[in-house]
Amino acid sequence: MAEEAYSPSKIRSDVPFLAAIWGISGMYVVLIIAVLAADASYTSVHDLWSAVNDPNVRASIWLTLQTCSVTAILSVIVSVPAGYVLARYHFPLKRVFDSILDIPIVLPPLVIGLSLLILFNQVMVGGQSIEKWLGEWLSGLHAWNESIPSGVTYRIPAIILAQFTVSCAFAVRTMRNTFDGIDPRQEKVAMTLGCGRSGAFWLIALPQASRGVIAAGTLAWARALGEFGPVLVFAGATRGSTEVLATTVFLEISIGNLEGAVAVSFLMIAVAIMVLTAVRILGMRQTV
Amino acid sequence: MINIKDLSVRAGDFRLSNVNLRVPKSAYAVLMGKTGCGKTTLLECVCGLKRAVAGSIYFDDHEVTNLRPAERGVGYVPQDGAIFSTMKVSDQLAFGPSVRGWEKSEAKLRSEEIADELGIGYLMNRYPAGLSGGERQRIALGRALSCRPQVLCLDEPLSALDDDTKDEICELIERLRRNHPFTALHITHSRAEAERLGDMIFKIEGNDCLLVEGQAN
Repeated sequence: MAEEAYSPSKIRSDVPFLAAIWGISGMYVVLIIAVLAADASYTSVHDLWSAVNDPNVRASIWLTLQTCSVTAILSVIVSVPAGYVLARYHFPLKRVFDSILDIPIVLPPLVIGLSLLILFNQVMVGGQSIEKWLGEWLSGLHAWNESIPSGVTYRIPAIILAQFTVSCAFAVRTMRNTFDGIDPRQEKVAMTLGCGRSGAFWLIALPQASRGVIAAGTLAWARALGEFGPVLVFAGATRGSTEVLATTVFLEISIGNLEGAVAVSFLMIAVAIMVLTAVRILGMRQTV
Repeated sequence: MINIKDLSVRAGDFRLSNVNLRVPKSAYAVLMGKTGCGKTTLLECVCGLKRAVAGSIYFDDHEVTNLRPAERGVGYVPQDGAIFSTMKVSDQLAFGPSVRGWEKSEAKLRSEEIADELGIGYLMNRYPAGLSGGERQRIALGRALSCRPQVLCLDEPLSALDDDTKDEICELIERLRRNHPFTALHITHSRAEAERLGDMIFKIEGNDCLLVEGQAN
């Protein structure tokens, strides 16, 4: 009886399971490669070279790198405390708080752009719109330094705000998972040894979360790079002013330059791969 | 030395009510009870890591109920040591003295002193990854004793160790007791461990914390 139970014919083969997991994963990788190959077949070295030499595209690349980097930094600054609060504390309406933080992930990007536009221009605070409040304050700074924009909507701050609203939600998820994976008893031990809560956070939790911080920042940067809908609605797509790479693709398509759009798309892929690889290598070195 | 009076403490939906417990100075008390009966909750409340809903905790005649963990003078050894994974062993042992503002040289001297006493001097430059369970518990004990606490709280410190290592750590705790004047509260499920180490054994049953062995004074 026992011999029969252990007979190889009674134990299912591993082959279907292994074939399924490798097959499904492989199909997705093939899909991504096929999309890139399709793009590659539609462009040429000449088109890429033209795109790189186009002053508008160059300005767009530079603005994209700047706005994505600021967005990633802001996302890390916000996601670290938010992730820590979600992972460590139990409080009334925590589920509601948690769900609110997920709203930017599930909302259509255009809706986020539209909502930001309404918030800044239609919601009145003390009889004035937020745009006007900030505009007055920023105008003062603009008079002092012309490189500082004199308002938010349809200007560079709107690009950053639109990117940040979506990207930060992904960074918060990453940081929450990171802190969930760190044993809270280490912080408890630190508190008995002489730390307050802040000391336990800075000296024990945060150093252990360094990989998560890098992952959150990288994810926020990558999300910001691909953000198009909210940027288009809230910041517009003005050549040489609020044009980031995602809007460049849109502008090239809108004037019928499909080759140019594909070339810029390729540049986006190249920039994304370079930055993500560099950040991951740096992150690995730091945490070895 | 540890005097708990009518203490009530809550952890989520769980509530432990009207606990009374008294451990004389320098005594080694062992706390037993079924899984989920509230032993760890009570220990964390003694350490100041959980707030008491009602009642009071005294160390000697000094009430510590509302003091923060850092202000109580307790050393805490959790189940698997909860070793700081980003720090070298030397930094773990010097952590307490350093955050309490000791001079760097004093903190270093103290960490070396503790390492010698616990026989972990050879580990000082190591990170925790790859250390054995016994080594981790020695580090956790050393770290907890580094600031010379008056009360040492141990939460099942031997539960994840093999028999030989358990025996070694028990011997170490017995030796530490001779050299350090701390009062201990130690949680375990093992009767043998309780009888070997404990001057007195308490058992949590329902909401009562009963002294089942040893004398209160």
